[in-house]
Amino acid sequence: MLVVLLAPKAASDLSLFVQILVIGIANGAIYALIALGYTMVYGIIELINFAHGDVFTLGAFLSLPLLGAFGLTEGKSSGVSVYLALILIAAIVMLLTGTINVVIERVAYRPLRNAPRLAPLITAVGMSFILEGIMYFWRGASPIHYPDLIPNPRIPLLAGATIGLKDIIVIVVAIVLVILLTVFINGSKLGKAMRATAQDREAAQLMGIDINRTIAATFFIGAVLAGAGGVIFGLYFNSVRFDLGFGVGLFAFTAAVFGGIGNIQGAALGGLAIGLVQAFSNAYYQSALTDVWIFAILILVLVFRPTGLLGMQVPER
Amino acid sequence: MSRQVSSSDSAMRWATGFFRDRNRTIYTILLVGALLFPSIADITTGGEGNHLVSTAADAGVFVLLAIGLNIVVGFAGLLDLGYAAFFAIGAYTYGLLASGLLSGSPLHQEFHFPFWIMLFVAMGVAAAFGAILGAPTLRLRGDYLAIVTLGFGEIVPRIFRFLGAGSPIGNWTGGVNGIAAIDPPTLPFFLTGPWVGAPIQVVKPFDFSDPIAYPMDFYLLILILVVLSIFAVNNLQNSRLGRAWMAVREDEVAAAASGVNTVAIKLLAFSIGASFSGFAGCYYGAKLSTVGSENFEFIVSVTILIMVVLGGMGNIPGVIVGALTISFVNFYVLTNLPDYASSIASTIGLDFLNKSSGDWIGLHDEVQRLNYLIFGLILVVVMLLRPQGLFPSRIREQELEKGTAEEAVFDLREGSPE
Repeated sequence: MLVVLLAPKAASDLSLFVQILVIGIANGAIYALIALGYTMVYGIIELINFAHGDVFTLGAFLSLPLLGAFGLTEGKSSGVSVYLALILIAAIVMLLTGTINVVIERVAYRPLRNAPRLAPLITAVGMSFILEGIMYFWRGASPIHYPDLIPNPRIPLLAGATIGLKDIIVIVVAIVLVILLTVFINGSKLGKAMRATAQDREAAQLMGIDINRTIAATFFIGAVLAGAGGVIFGLYFNSVRFDLGFGVGLFAFTAAVFGGIGNIQGAALGGLAIGLVQAFSNAYYQSALTDVWIFAILILVLVFRPTGLLGMQVPER
Repeated sequence: MSRQVSSSDSAMRWATGFFRDRNRTIYTILLVGALLFPSIADITTGGEGNHLVSTAADAGVFVLLAIGLNIVVGFAGLLDLGYAAFFAIGAYTYGLLASGLLSGSPLHQEFHFPFWIMLFVAMGVAAAFGAILGAPTLRLRGDYLAIVTLGFGEIVPRIFRFLGAGSPIGNWTGGVNGIAAIDPPTLPFFLTGPWVGAPIQVVKPFDFSDPIAYPMDFYLLILILVVLSIFAVNNLQNSRLGRAWMAVREDEVAAAASGVNTVAIKLLAFSIGASFSGFAGCYYGAKLSTVGSENFEFIVSVTILIMVVLGGMGNIPGVIVGALTISFVNFYVLTNLPDYASSIASTIGLDFLNKSSGDWIGLHDEVQRLNYLIFGLILVVVMLLRPQGLFPSRIREQELEKGTAEEAVFDLREGSPE
């Protein structure tokens, strides 16, 4: 159906079509990074972690003073040293958000692990408010300019369309991180422990897996990706706001469900899909209806494939 | 409640018996409090209680919403993250059919149906939408249903916003401006009295035209609606349908095996829950006399869910207390805290805190900036202290306490139940 809708548009103006495709993939890459955190946490403790989107925003906010500390200023800094500094800053931010998320899990979710299911959902909403409150208190309600540090020369693609250096960086970083995560989950001992815990917590515990440590590690890795997403978002869009994570988080979560929640590749695919739908709907149709399309497609996908695009058929519990 | 007793001794015994039931105690306190509230508000504010009474009427809307969502989440155990959509549908149903808006639509015909009929129409429309959404999706497993409702909750306000002036099919909803000048409810006659600052007299015809000057009328109306709803939901809970909901909540497979038509039962929970939301929406539209899509965002759905879970899922008095607590925090504490903080600071001689200097923007605004943080802390602390909610249902409480050992065995065989 999508092909039918898009093919004539593509044929009439290929350059525009490719341009939108690039925007969609770049946005989708950011959604994918955040969606991974939702999908991992849901996969392991079946919690919709409403605070995750705000951990992402926190990543962007935490990197702002670090940029100053490293002496990076817009328009003045350039060259390879900028990239090295940015990688270092991203690494620090990722560690910070990871640690914060582990603390959040310890304080707000772990004590409620055997409580009624909705109790941790409400503390997650509470943590979301707390994180937004901290950022609001810190930097106020107006959008904050994020320094534009990466030059964005346009590189020609086919049919006169171009791709910016920023787009390439965003896409490459996201792909690298998703591959690293997949290798980690499938290859490492901790990854194996995560999969086992997600499948059957009690059985995993009986096999000698430290459940608390494994769940904490899941939150850590999810937030590391979200923190990276936050820095990338800031560098790409050059504007952040304290309640950014609310809207972006909602779409990222939608992406995770879309791809089949609990599934790493699914979340990446879902993020990409949401980014593309958004870009094409904004460009070709009414942008006021973009979100309606996204959620309508989500509902339709769930009605016909109840476990998402790549989700496995799990027997009814 | 007004039982005749011969001596004070038997009155005591009757009272201890009556108040041993926690829910009865809560209901009694709530009813007395609700009846006395306007007078108390008037006295404590020195005759300026109208604003408080109006706020209390808004809190009443949330009580109604929480009672409705409790059917879906508390009784049937279905997570609904888009409940505000049905609230919006109810409010727009009344707004469209009781204002001049549709004269600007392609219909070129405006409607002014009476509020009392529209209450039931809004209920029906919301219930129908609940059924339409539920029918294809209720077979979904647990949280996937929550996502579908979340999606629906996101779609509905956006469609209402889109179908305004300039949409391809004409102005049907007022778009971003919403609907203004919605008709107030009217009655052929009404008794007014000292509670609105007038001598007792019969007014006919009467209309609820001035929610700012006379919020008392709207307050009484929502009080009556809430009391009627409590009776209705209480009866539902104890009916065959209510028991079926609980059976589905506890164990869907066992319920189905015992002959419960689980899909129909869940659909009914969804529909009936939605109908309360439509009901509340109709009242809300009439009280504000305006509706706009921004009143029904995701955050509203989340707030209602917080009220239900924090109050004690499945227990009607608990849910009411939850709704009142959160409304109190949202509408009163968080809005007045900045003023209190700055006035306290100036009374105790720390007036310099109220002036802005450098990064410090003055105590009033600094405290205002803390609103999100305070609300979040309240949620987390309350849930950590009382994971079952403030007043959970007694039966449920006992099950949870006794059920722990059995559940552990069950976990090993079947995977974690819920």
